[in-house]
Amino acid sequence: MSTATIDQKPAVPEEIKSFTVTLIVRRFNPEVDEEPHWQDFDVQLYPTDRVLDALHKIKWEQDGSLTFRRSCAHGICGSDAMRINGRNRLACKTLMKDLDVTKPIYVEAIKGLPLEKDLIVDMEPFFDSFKEVQPFLVAKSTPVDGKERQQSVAQRARFDDTTKCILCAACTSSCPVFWTDGQYFGPAAIVNAHRFIFDSRDENAAVRLDILNDKEGVWRCRTTFNCTDACPRGIQVTQAIAEVKQAIMRGKA
Amino acid sequence: MTSTIEAPRSPYTRSSKKSSVNWEKWGWIYMRVSGVVLIVLIFGHLFVNLMVGEGVNALNFAFVAGKLSSPFWMVWDVLMLWLALIHGGNGMRTLVNDYATSRISRGILKIAILVSVVALIVLGTLVVFTFDPCPAGAPADLVASFCKTL
Repeated sequence: MSTATIDQKPAVPEEIKSFTVTLIVRRFNPEVDEEPHWQDFDVQLYPTDRVLDALHKIKWEQDGSLTFRRSCAHGICGSDAMRINGRNRLACKTLMKDLDVTKPIYVEAIKGLPLEKDLIVDMEPFFDSFKEVQPFLVAKSTPVDGKERQQSVAQRARFDDTTKCILCAACTSSCPVFWTDGQYFGPAAIVNAHRFIFDSRDENAAVRLDILNDKEGVWRCRTTFNCTDACPRGIQVTQAIAEVKQAIMRGKA
Repeated sequence: MTSTIEAPRSPYTRSSKKSSVNWEKWGWIYMRVSGVVLIVLIFGHLFVNLMVGEGVNALNFAFVAGKLSSPFWMVWDVLMLWLALIHGGNGMRTLVNDYATSRISRGILKIAILVSVVALIVLGTLVVFTFDPCPAGAPADLVASFCKTL
């Protein structure tokens, strides 16, 4: 009777190598600084780490004064939109392996909104535009059976794309028109108007179209597609704006 | 008796005074429509001038004078002139709106654009409609062939 021996050692998973990444962060402390300035940090990271992990490492291990917003850290709350290598991205959805780590990674606050500290901007102007388009269901009539307003699959699919918005402001703060004229409603407000304009249950499409027919409304859009590129949810923002333009020209949704 | 007052159809928007004509909307529509027409006009113009017949070698004073004496090409050129200049002027206006930060520089640049567009349109239209294809005393080999019969 022979004793069973292990001929082969159990396969050890190949060790995943970490590497040093240089992050250059645009810092601004309103109590000390006159102007924002760039500061670089070296961080040890894995390819599966995200930019948010890098910022955490800096804040927890190197410089506790680094300030940024984040809540869920999983691409749903829309708190951590920032400009990463010149493009608006969610820090929690940008993986190291998708960036060129041989070069430094530039991280700064989103543009076009007042800078408050480090990576935090004042979001109020953004939310003011959002509120102005009445982003809520307006339905004064009574439902047919007195209980619910039913919708066909096709009617729901009509505005499905624009329901995905998480209000992270990545689109609006990537828009060159918004950068120079904060009066412009911006892509995010138009996306959220689109969500209700094309909702068959809603009755206030005409009012929202009137609001967006303004001098600072949809006509300021130059179809540069920055917003579509920036959207972390993959919403076809420029297409939604074009659909609102068409609806205004037709006079109805 | 209670009654509910309906909310106004349009709430107050950021521009408190609303003009009856929505210039931004019509400007946008103009850009789209004139753009499509200009594609036909400009490429037709280039095709006739540079490719048909002898091609670019046929271009001289007589060729242009011949074209500008035909009502068809007069209408074509005037349309091209007006549509392209207003299209370009409106495009420049939007650029100024986007990139000129102060009120004064914006005003100056927009007035400069308006003045140059109007000047070019007036001059161009004048040339097309008052052009003399057979100037008196010009050598016969430089002017259009029909000048001899005049």
